[in-house]
Amino acid sequence: MSTMTEAEAKAILDKVIALSKADECTATLTGSVDGNIRFARNDVSTSGVVSDTSLAVQVAFGTRVGTTTINAFTDDALQRVVRRAEELAKLAPESSEFVPAVEKQSYRPSPTWREATAAITPGQRADVARASIEPCAKQNLVAAGFLNDSNSFVALANSNNVFGYQRSTEMDYTCTVRTADSQGSGWVGRNLNDFSAFKPEEEIEIAMRKAKASAEARALEPGKYTVVLEPAAAAGLISFMFNFFDARRADEGRSFLSKAGGGNKIGEQVFDPRVSFITDPWHPELPALPWDGSGLARERMAYVENGKVLNLDYSRYWAKKQNKKAMGSPGNVIMAGGTKSTADLVREVERGILVTRTWYIRLVDPQTVLLTGLTRDGTFYIENGQIRYPLKNFRFNESPVIMLNNIDELGRPVRVGDGGGLLIPPMRLRDFTFTSLSDAI
Amino acid sequence: MDRRQILLAFGLGAGGALLPGFPGRNAIAAEQLLEPLAIAVKKRLADAGLGAAAKAGATYCDVRIGRYLNQFVVTREAVVQNIVNTESTGVGVRVIADGAWGFAATNQLSAEAVAQTARLAVEIARANAKNQTVPVRLAPVKGVGEVRWATPIRKNAMATPIQEKVDLLLGVNAAAMQAGANFVSSQLFLVNEQKYFASSDGSYIDQDVHRIWAPFTVTVIDKATGKFRSREGLSAPMGLGYEYLDGAAKDKTTSPNGVISYGSSYDMREDAVAAANQAREKLKAKSIQPGRYDLVLDPNHLGLTIHESVGHPLELDRVLGYEANFAGTSFATLDKREARFQYGSEIVNLFADKVQPGSLGAVGYDDEGVKTKSWPLIEKGKLVDYEATRDQVHILGKTESDGCSYGDSWSSVQFQRMPNVSLKPGEKELSLAGMIAGVENGIYILGRGSFSIDQQRYNAQFGGTLFYEIKNGKITQPLEDVAYQMRTPEFWNSCSAICDARDYRLFGSFFDGKGQPSQISAVSHGSSTSRFDGINVINTARSLG
Repeated sequence: MSTMTEAEAKAILDKVIALSKADECTATLTGSVDGNIRFARNDVSTSGVVSDTSLAVQVAFGTRVGTTTINAFTDDALQRVVRRAEELAKLAPESSEFVPAVEKQSYRPSPTWREATAAITPGQRADVARASIEPCAKQNLVAAGFLNDSNSFVALANSNNVFGYQRSTEMDYTCTVRTADSQGSGWVGRNLNDFSAFKPEEEIEIAMRKAKASAEARALEPGKYTVVLEPAAAAGLISFMFNFFDARRADEGRSFLSKAGGGNKIGEQVFDPRVSFITDPWHPELPALPWDGSGLARERMAYVENGKVLNLDYSRYWAKKQNKKAMGSPGNVIMAGGTKSTADLVREVERGILVTRTWYIRLVDPQTVLLTGLTRDGTFYIENGQIRYPLKNFRFNESPVIMLNNIDELGRPVRVGDGGGLLIPPMRLRDFTFTSLSDAI
Repeated sequence: MDRRQILLAFGLGAGGALLPGFPGRNAIAAEQLLEPLAIAVKKRLADAGLGAAAKAGATYCDVRIGRYLNQFVVTREAVVQNIVNTESTGVGVRVIADGAWGFAATNQLSAEAVAQTARLAVEIARANAKNQTVPVRLAPVKGVGEVRWATPIRKNAMATPIQEKVDLLLGVNAAAMQAGANFVSSQLFLVNEQKYFASSDGSYIDQDVHRIWAPFTVTVIDKATGKFRSREGLSAPMGLGYEYLDGAAKDKTTSPNGVISYGSSYDMREDAVAAANQAREKLKAKSIQPGRYDLVLDPNHLGLTIHESVGHPLELDRVLGYEANFAGTSFATLDKREARFQYGSEIVNLFADKVQPGSLGAVGYDDEGVKTKSWPLIEKGKLVDYEATRDQVHILGKTESDGCSYGDSWSSVQFQRMPNVSLKPGEKELSLAGMIAGVENGIYILGRGSFSIDQQRYNAQFGGTLFYEIKNGKITQPLEDVAYQMRTPEFWNSCSAICDARDYRLFGSFFDGKGQPSQISAVSHGSSTSRFDGINVINTARSLG
């Protein structure tokens, strides 16, 4: 039983809440059917479907909390999971950071579910693999890729009469294409809610073109360059930065959003005035669940507007302590941009570097959000608006905070990443710091 | 799932989720962690699967019945943030039919469900066979009959009362705060895999595997300047029981400047106090002048460099291109083994194993029933071998599997994973103090830090936890903002000295991710403190204006 109707889910959750003898009880049902197909060396390597449904029950006696889960839904099983949560809660110590279950909420549904994605068949997955492999094999190229699709639901209830139910779908496709002699490598990725909008035969052309064009790369001296980062290349750096938007971390003095002498940088100009970030569960291109893990309703909210920090992410405990309104933790991050494509941004570069993708990004210094990582699968030299020749990959050491103060222009935002929840534009940036060359192809 | 996501899932990052996304999400009461499934029941289920697969036409079948138990205790300062017990039990059946692999899994523990799952695996294998050009070729394994293996633990962590664990962590946190920390978080990660493997080769292998990890992070803040620094614990995750936390004095090593490192026993409280003091030092430490330095690398740092620059590039499936779309490929191509590629200097000997006592990779048999062993990867600096499974070793001209198969759950298909990969101690007598005395202009680095390497494992950049300047044979002062950049073969060829066996210790990686869908595994990397000459060091300090 991997997906449930609203009525089925509600019946189970109602029973759980009624069974609990604790001071409060929150129950969450999640279920999904995840399908995938993986291919490498122009051959399908694995393919499968995993169905799973799980019930999580969290109860509290005073400020003692216990959590358990189970994947059986008979009356006996429900009785057992509630009693076990209660036993664990009695064993747990008192918590000075305890926050009671959320009060009654109102959830406005968001468009997270698409029939075409929920209905994907094994045959359609095989077709995607074939559409990726066949054109590559014909041109002496080698494809390795992965398609993952998910049809899921979440239902939540608590002893304060909170109830929510919503279904979601998602698909994520990535493919790396290499030349047979391993001298060139290209990549493409597409993340969508709606499988019917997915055209693998068009996507694969991008990776093939980049693979062929990236062979015989030249070495360019590391240093500071104007770059055009494709959305997938920028996403890895930007998403890292959002770990530091936690209000508690900033207030405690361990974030770039902490102020010397105490407090945080809400209200301060931290980025270029063209930088704006919002979260919005109802965004048509990147919808998210209208509630967070605790059941708190999400709202549309601006984090950064015209470069100024307007809001941070307050957990319910920290909001209470700081006397702030608690907001649902965000389900997505949407960055504003312009109307130009990556290609348009390239056309206006006198001398610079186009980066397809970034890889193995790690935090070097939390004080400045300095990150290191590498370019991968298509790095090209641009001169007078034209892509001139492929470049050997670089290692970069750069902070997204510095990056977002060195903006030349932002393009049209697109949805990126496997579960990343980011809508992000391609960006042309000045003085991006490459520190060494990599021989990797 | 990578390490970062897992730590986030444990409430160490953004809150919200009720439970961590770890394999095995069914939380259970503590006492149930001590009730294994009866062997007779497991054998009956396995035989049902083996019989059904053979009847359906499989030429090979293995059945893995797994009960995966985890316990996590998560704290910060004086607060317990989470205590979770999880369990996941089920059966995975893998078959070869018409020359292709098929896999299916069920959480229903009945003979009929297992037989049905075996038939489904055969059906999937037949479907896969239609698109397969070369049939699977398995290296032979002789059946071992009914055998058992268990991690040689002295104290079962699952049997230790929760109160004792909470007291330990809150005591560690209090000690760090008293020593000057502004913030401290500490955790216990305890894992017990009860794995039963049966195959059509005639093996019935019951194994009880234990692992433990006790990480912490201490943070100090200079409020006036807004500067902050953190110091992670210097422990390693280990294949040991709760006895790892006894803090036995004989397992400690003290550096010439008084930094204490730990072997197979850990004093978490002592380390937390040292961490608070060293984090304060870091706030005022000299910022590194970029340039070339001789590096002296502690085993608890060098282990991660070994993991990234030797362990991963020698995974045979990466070398062949099966991981090209995710983890990447490898510079260490098959022709380099033929040519006996000079991977490192003459004194560099790296070996793989699944047998070192106390290591995370130690098991009696791998997840396809191969008895575990130790084998050389790099001898006198030359590349001689890879890490492979039963269906891969023939590519290397070998007739025996290396025993590198692992699946992170009963529901995950087993595949090639990294074994322990370790650097042999130096043959000449050399202590840490002796090594440092010979360095004119160097940096002594301890602990893991930021790490990043390209998709073919050439270009890497590593930070660390603690950095000290070495001038004319003496440790002079702490340093900050240090990272070194390297190209794998040049780095290993610059290795000029390795301390002897007295200094040999294990580093561990608890959540190593690979594959799509991603699976995790845990491995150890042993080494003695080693010296690398003329390495490029950069300064990582930046100003946000």
